[in-house]
Amino acid sequence: MTALELGKDLLGLESLTAQQIVLILDTAEPFKEVSERAIKKVPTLRGKTIVNLFFEVSTRTRISFEFAEKRLSADTVNVSSQGSAVQKGENLVDTARNLEAMRIDMVVIRHPSSGAAKFLADRIDSNVINAGDGKHEHPTQALLDLLTIRDKRGRIEGLRVCICGDILHSRVARSNIWGLLKLGAEVAVCGPRSLMPLGIEQLGVRVISRIEEAIEWADVLNILRLQLERMTGGFIPSLREYNRVFGVTVKRLEQARHDLLILHPGPINRGVEIDSAVADGSHSVILDQVTNGIAVRMAVLYLLSGGRRETAEAAMGLNV
Amino acid sequence: MTSSGSMDTIMDAHAFARALERMAGEIGALADPADLVLVGIQRRGVELADRLASLISKSGTEIPRGALDITLYRDDLETIGPKPFVGETNIPCNLDSKSVVIVDDVLYTGRTVRAALNELADFGRPSKVSLCVLIDRGGRELPIQADIVGERISVGKNDRVDVLVRELDGKDGVELVAEGEG
Repeated sequence: MTALELGKDLLGLESLTAQQIVLILDTAEPFKEVSERAIKKVPTLRGKTIVNLFFEVSTRTRISFEFAEKRLSADTVNVSSQGSAVQKGENLVDTARNLEAMRIDMVVIRHPSSGAAKFLADRIDSNVINAGDGKHEHPTQALLDLLTIRDKRGRIEGLRVCICGDILHSRVARSNIWGLLKLGAEVAVCGPRSLMPLGIEQLGVRVISRIEEAIEWADVLNILRLQLERMTGGFIPSLREYNRVFGVTVKRLEQARHDLLILHPGPINRGVEIDSAVADGSHSVILDQVTNGIAVRMAVLYLLSGGRRETAEAAMGLNV
Repeated sequence: MTSSGSMDTIMDAHAFARALERMAGEIGALADPADLVLVGIQRRGVELADRLASLISKSGTEIPRGALDITLYRDDLETIGPKPFVGETNIPCNLDSKSVVIVDDVLYTGRTVRAALNELADFGRPSKVSLCVLIDRGGRELPIQADIVGERISVGKNDRVDVLVRELDGKDGVELVAEGEG
């Protein structure tokens, strides 16, 4: 595999090189324009069948993938764990093999278990794209974060990015850390001790314990959603207390650099990890992230699609 | 690109400039300049469209120009795989009722033009679409012909025609690179 190919699957950013990440971001640029057209569709993936296999609830990611697939003219099928044979106890590989027997080309999978995407990719011939596996990785979210930062600041290298909140449960944090470090950013994490994985420093990130300090230090804040569904283990005393200590508020932002960027992967808990006025304020690029998500996913689908691996290289010196 | 094989000059900078002058005149005569839109195919077609538009604009009317990258409309994704670099597509105005001139450097199989026609249709319904190329090298695989041609040449299947433009290659010209047997 050369540096300019992604291979069969996109499972995470840990296994990609900086060049491959930049390739995806560069490829995403022209796809933005497709979504601005009156007819938002190109015929690139005509005849390809893509299954969106979602074993966990999702609005943004699933819809974003579906738009990306449709704007590339692929045929799509959505399978969710509710209302499918998964409820009858069918295991992951059997589900996927049955889908493959229907002659599909790609699977986009979201699953509550870390490693589920790789497990599947090793066992089926179709391209597999990880749309979030447990606490492991969510590569397309990190890619759209990187694209948004690069759009707004013109670079990633040398920027100081602080990821704030529930790092322990966050696949978004992990994918972002890998991607940012590979592209030369300085990365910090900030959040309650109880939500900070042990040994996180070993990844090469700085740990900041106070949000005020993070705001002063950073060029970019990526504020994670407090995963309320995972807060039953007594990680934090109360939502109100979390907001009082770690919430990104208008008052705290008075200490920020004027060009600080604020990202959030959504869905937002307004008044918990971020104040409404901040989420809708001038630092926020949260909706740009959503727009960029479609372009990044189109780029990934395009780069993984078609072409036998051995002949893909020939495409580079093409003279048609 | 490859460095093997011999190289012949088909057009020097002088002949290149003369060809563009003549082509600009022919484009100007195609339609009312107020209705003209020049659309170049990435990458060298875009540079040529810019040059042609400037030449036509000398006579008064400013001609809108756009860029088309046909990568996403190719018919060979299945066989050769995704081309890693997708260029910019930028259509400057609504194309309804316009007279659109597609500009490319070399016309060969016609597949690029086929893709460009499909892509243009997604941007509107021009009253007329014409094709203008600097070099027609023959070898068509589709029923497509150019309306305006800088020069027609006949070259072998294994030869390559390189159009050079100042902005990208440092000089203007057209070269024939013989790849030998292969």
